[in-house]
Amino acid sequence: MKALICVKRVIDYNVKIRVKTDKSGVETENVKMSMNPFDEIAVEEAVRMKEKGEIQEIVILSIGTDKSQETIRSGLAMGGDRGILVKTDNEQLEPLTVGKIIKAIYDNEKPDLVILGKQAIDDDCNQTGQIVATLLDVPQATFASELKKNNDNSYNVTREVDGGLETIKLNTPCVITTDLRLNEPRYASLPNIMKAKQKKIDILEIRSLNIDIKNRLEILEINEPPERKPGIKVEDVDSLVEKLKNEANVL
Amino acid sequence: MKILVVIEHDNKMVKQSSYSTITAASLINDNVEAIVMGDNLSSISEELKKSDHLKKIYVVDNNLFKNPLAENLSKTLKIFIEDKNFTHILSPSTTFGKNMSPKLATLLDVQQISDVTKIINDNTFERPIYAGNAIAKVKSNDSIKIITVRSTCFEPCGLDSDTEVENLNIDVDENNSVQFVSYDQSKSDRPELTSAKIIISGGRGMQNGDNFKLLEGIADKLGAAMGASRAAVDAGFVPNDWQVGQTGKIVAPDLYIAVGISGATQHIAGIKDSKYIACINKDEEAPIFNFSDYGLVGDLFELLPKLEEKL
Ligand SMILES: Cc1cc2nc3c(=O)[nH]c(=O)nc-3n(C[C@H](O)[C@H](O)[C@H](O)COP(=O)(O)OP(=O)(O)OC[C@H]3O[C@@H](n4cnc5c(N)ncnc54)[C@H](O)[C@@H]3O)c2cc1C
Ligand SMILES: Nc1ncnc2c1ncn2[C@@H]1O[C@H](COP(=O)(O)O)[C@@H](O)[C@H]1O
Repeated sequence: MKALICVKRVIDYNVKIRVKTDKSGVETENVKMSMNPFDEIAVEEAVRMKEKGEIQEIVILSIGTDKSQETIRSGLAMGGDRGILVKTDNEQLEPLTVGKIIKAIYDNEKPDLVILGKQAIDDDCNQTGQIVATLLDVPQATFASELKKNNDNSYNVTREVDGGLETIKLNTPCVITTDLRLNEPRYASLPNIMKAKQKKIDILEIRSLNIDIKNRLEILEINEPPERKPGIKVEDVDSLVEKLKNEANVL
Repeated sequence: MKILVVIEHDNKMVKQSSYSTITAASLINDNVEAIVMGDNLSSISEELKKSDHLKKIYVVDNNLFKNPLAENLSKTLKIFIEDKNFTHILSPSTTFGKNMSPKLATLLDVQQISDVTKIINDNTFERPIYAGNAIAKVKSNDSIKIITVRSTCFEPCGLDSDTEVENLNIDVDENNSVQFVSYDQSKSDRPELTSAKIIISGGRGMQNGDNFKLLEGIADKLGAAMGASRAAVDAGFVPNDWQVGQTGKIVAPDLYIAVGISGATQHIAGIKDSKYIACINKDEEAPIFNFSDYGLVGDLFELLPKLEEKL
């Protein structure tokens, strides 16, 4: 069995982002970039599957500029076997386009599992996994918090849904998107980081895939969110209750 | 223009998120219809009929939809809309809508607009990105707009109408490669997080699950829903679906009380639209104070019993 893991390079989740003054986007110059946290969880899950002997090969795929090679390398350092970069200058490809590219790679690689993050923390779209599953016409399990392989190579996946936990059974090949509690990603050790430098990354030009990459959504403006007006500190419980009752009128 | 709203429900009751989605639809155009797919839907039909703004309701009652598998739902929708000229299809941006709607968009080769917080006009919308630290204004050039709606940004519609209901049979082949196994519902007599007027949430500062009892007493008195930070959920203090934030639930109550929560961006993303935010934290430098209308510095173990008593 083989797993294809999709990883996106995004602004690190600890960075406080700044909106550009011309409203065209957010500042990315000299900003720390990292692998999307949900994708780290996806890589970790695949590495654990490999350690258990459930899968034999982990391919790490990223679609982005040359710099996304770093993101692939961190996946390889965690335990991925090889990488694929689909190279593009457009840093803001839409999920539908990304989905079509992932499908093209899938058709070549024929993995049994495709694992993605449930959401990229930059565009907050929460779509790509669902798009890939639909394009491939294979079953999907989004928001996975537990995976269990059955004897017949199917997977039971527990999903974090509003109101509780749902478990579904999927035949392979299938698409899974990760939620936060699936696992805790490891830190790559120094020797593994060194080893990862030797691992192979295939680089494909996006043009070679013959996919229409024109965006369907026009971004008119990116704005700062409205600010909350500054609040106050209250002295004690009495004054808190008093304020909530008589000033805010919410009790 | 003709708008379709996909109704979320649990085969017994219509979810609040559906009523907010109907309101959002009505802000695009007043020609709004709804579809509900489910099993044994008579009570749902009766309830939904009352919704304002709807011109017509389509009901697809089939035990295939006893459990909402996205594969079956999206294929059925695709067949349903074929000759109906809808210009917009809206679903709530809940785990139900997030799971299903991008599949419909893909079947139609459309780029979905996720988590819309504001309707500017029939093709332009606002949606938050980067955990709500920026707001994108986007214009869609697709012929059908597929949208998920952040329900906390739209009031639920009124329930004073009597809409026409049409029952439909739609034949879809059951998807054999995926099966429902089980649903473990977290039990709670409290209001739902996403529609509660008051929410009290605990964070890592609560130290363990038992200590959430300190919040329960207050929630009882206020009729409040209970929530948590990711740290509290990850530590196993409370169930997963209590998580509030960028990647959990987005809430917008009249009052949000954060206890022992530091106020990380990802948590703030989920509570920013609350009318009032109050917090209790022993670290007066904690970022949560920057977002709170009323901040109380001190030890929660001392302050919570006092608060319960005063209410
Ligand atoms: C991809 C990603 C997604 C995330 N999504 C979410 C999300 O949706 N929701 C979310 O909440 N987080 C999310 N997080 C996590 C977030 O970054 C923070 O780690 C988390 O919110 C911290 O939770 P906390 O405030 O409870 O814990 P801490 O940051 O540890 O804060 C605990 C607070 O309790 C206070 N405290 C301790 N003891 C007491 C006491 N006795 N009395 C009073 N105060 C006390 C402390 O002063 C401190 O401020 C996400 C992170 C990532 C990377
Ligand atoms: N450019 C990309 N390269 C590789 N994977 C991606 C890319 N964009 C999105 N993904 C995957 O899709 C998931 C969901 O992204 P989104 O639908 O944009 O929220 C991410 O967590 C990644 O696993």
